[in-house]
Amino acid sequence: MTQVNINVHHLTRVEGHGNIVLNVKEGKIEELKWIVTESPRFFEVMMRDRHYEDVNHIASRICGICSISHSTVSLQATEKAFGVKPSEQTILLRKLLFNAELMESHILHVMFLAAPDFSVVGSVFPLINTHKDIVVMSLRLKRLAYNLAEALAGRKTHPLSCIVGGFAKLPQPAELEALRKRLEEAFIDLDAIVDLFKTLKIPDFKRETEYIALKDESEYAFIRGQIASSDTGLTPVENYLKVTNEFCVPQSTAKYTKNARDSYMVGALARFNINHNKLLTRAKAAAADLGLIAPNHNPFMITVAQLVEVIHSVEHSIQIIDRLLDKGLKDEPNTVNPKRGRGISAVEAPRGILFHDYTYGESGILKEANCVIPTNQNHNNIQKDFEALVPLILCQPEDEIRQTLEMLVRAYDPCISCSTHMLRIDFK
Amino acid sequence: MKPKVAFFDFTGCEGCQLDALNLEAEDLIDLLNGIDIVNFREVMTEKADNYDIAFVEGSITTEGEIERVKKIREQAKIVVALGACACIGGINCLKNHVPMEEALRIVYGKDAHYYNTIPARPADAVIKVDYYVRGCPPATSELVKVIKALLLNKKPDIPNYPVCVECKMAGNICVYEKGQTCLGPVIRAGCNAVCINSGRYCWGCRGLVDEPNIESQKDILTKYGLTAEQVIEKFKIYDTCSEVLK
Ligand code: SF4
Ligand code: SF4
Ligand code: SF4
Repeated sequence: MTQVNINVHHLTRVEGHGNIVLNVKEGKIEELKWIVTESPRFFEVMMRDRHYEDVNHIASRICGICSISHSTVSLQATEKAFGVKPSEQTILLRKLLFNAELMESHILHVMFLAAPDFSVVGSVFPLINTHKDIVVMSLRLKRLAYNLAEALAGRKTHPLSCIVGGFAKLPQPAELEALRKRLEEAFIDLDAIVDLFKTLKIPDFKRETEYIALKDESEYAFIRGQIASSDTGLTPVENYLKVTNEFCVPQSTAKYTKNARDSYMVGALARFNINHNKLLTRAKAAAADLGLIAPNHNPFMITVAQLVEVIHSVEHSIQIIDRLLDKGLKDEPNTVNPKRGRGISAVEAPRGILFHDYTYGESGILKEANCVIPTNQNHNNIQKDFEALVPLILCQPEDEIRQTLEMLVRAYDPCISCSTHMLRIDFK
Repeated sequence: MKPKVAFFDFTGCEGCQLDALNLEAEDLIDLLNGIDIVNFREVMTEKADNYDIAFVEGSITTEGEIERVKKIREQAKIVVALGACACIGGINCLKNHVPMEEALRIVYGKDAHYYNTIPARPADAVIKVDYYVRGCPPATSELVKVIKALLLNKKPDIPNYPVCVECKMAGNICVYEKGQTCLGPVIRAGCNAVCINSGRYCWGCRGLVDEPNIESQKDILTKYGLTAEQVIEKFKIYDTCSEVLK
């Protein structure tokens, strides 16, 4: 096409607000931008001067879909600042809670937000009539994840029982047993979804970039470990600013990040590339089945990596429940003595590595906070993918170009609503 | 004709809308049989400007959002505020306690001049709101209840008694006994006291009951030797405080 004018305002089926602009004149790209327009949220301001007991409650509201990640990283940052060491039981419960969030978030994305792209329908709703069994399966998996989180934290969106130093309430063994049974049954639904995905045509596009994820020697890392980069190796979490290097760009609105190259990727595919050898048995088999082999440089495969991670998290949840039931859940003493000082923590939210950095003053009052969220770390990578992809597809009709670009952005599963710090610039 | 329902999001975490998708499969499909969702940016590409019932989620925090929500009001027959951000201002109002220039400087440093933002406010500070689905996030059961009532042209039946009633029915020990502060005595029930059931206390996300008995909250403070400041700090989290001051 010699003349293309694409302007997708408020891209749908992503959380938050983002726009795509592409202008082509006489076969030349004049403008190509991924622009983020979400209203700024000011979380760093909102958490200031709050008592530590309420800090994770507020942090959780950064994002409705990864509230467990924000809540947990917040608790861990506070614990680091105070020198509190969570018990083994607390760590296991947190990991289990993380699996619940990952399952729910990934199924929502894979089946409800990304899958309609493959059937070329605008939403999941028409699929209820054409593919009811698959929709019901997906809802069942989401519901299982929801109930798992509910048993551990009172509810999934904005969890309640997780507190600094541990859990304010423990799940009942009978609840865990019942959930374990449902997790076993979930493999039937997941096998069917894997079979469906084998039939879908994933766009063939490659652009190698830097991949960044948490890495832990003992397992596929979610709540502990060091920052690992495919380019620059390991960095302790405390030095996260050396990796994120946030900067402002005039074109767009969010703070961007870069490390060794122009941009880097975080999220399911980055985790897979860094930690694939730590996946559990069924997840490994599913990856092979779906043609996902590390290192993979196709951003459209993020969706497939998410599906593999769902399978991993179900297997991992069963293992954790067995450990917990084996050892017996115990009410543990939890004394927290607030101290002045700084605490930094990183976790793998469903969409990628997430940092919270807190400085506490007297009496457990938070004085300063900095949060670097996954989606902001991917914006620059989305832009660079655009620049590599568009010349390859420029010969296609405008509608198809738009569809492919939208699909690329959606593959990243951006969750722009968690714009803790975004620029908002008026262009003249 | 099925009523056309639209969902719109303003400044918030979008947890209210996304939580609605966590219903039991049968219930969700059931609900979808009774309504025609024409706008739900989170999960659908198609949009329509023609709708009967509009759910608005999030607080209003920019001039642009004021215009947008006014247009929605003009279009919709019924406007429902969904969640604490839209009903009472919610968590976003925490930034209102810091002067705007300072807030900008804290988050954005030297780039602060790029931004535009106004103090966060609930939907009904800008437009008339017909119904409220309270909570952060709302209980999905309450959302279903409200939609069902609207389909029958009935006024949804939302409790007007304090969280303490539900809390006691659930058999909890009052957290004041443990030396914690709880807003339950003046906050509207309907969440089944989920926070206290989960080992925490009430932060006030559902807003005040009509005619709250502030005196009873004061009595509790005196009984447990707490100061009003401690409670006011808790009220700030969802901006239930400015409702008290109203
Ligand atoms: S009310 Fe709570 S759950 Fe709903 S958008 Fe606001 S912060 Fe999110
Ligand atoms: S004050 Fe709070 S904990 Fe005590 S009874 Fe009321 S709701 Fe329950
Ligand atoms: S207990 Fe209070 S804070 Fe918790 S959901 Fe109910 S009203 Fe909201």
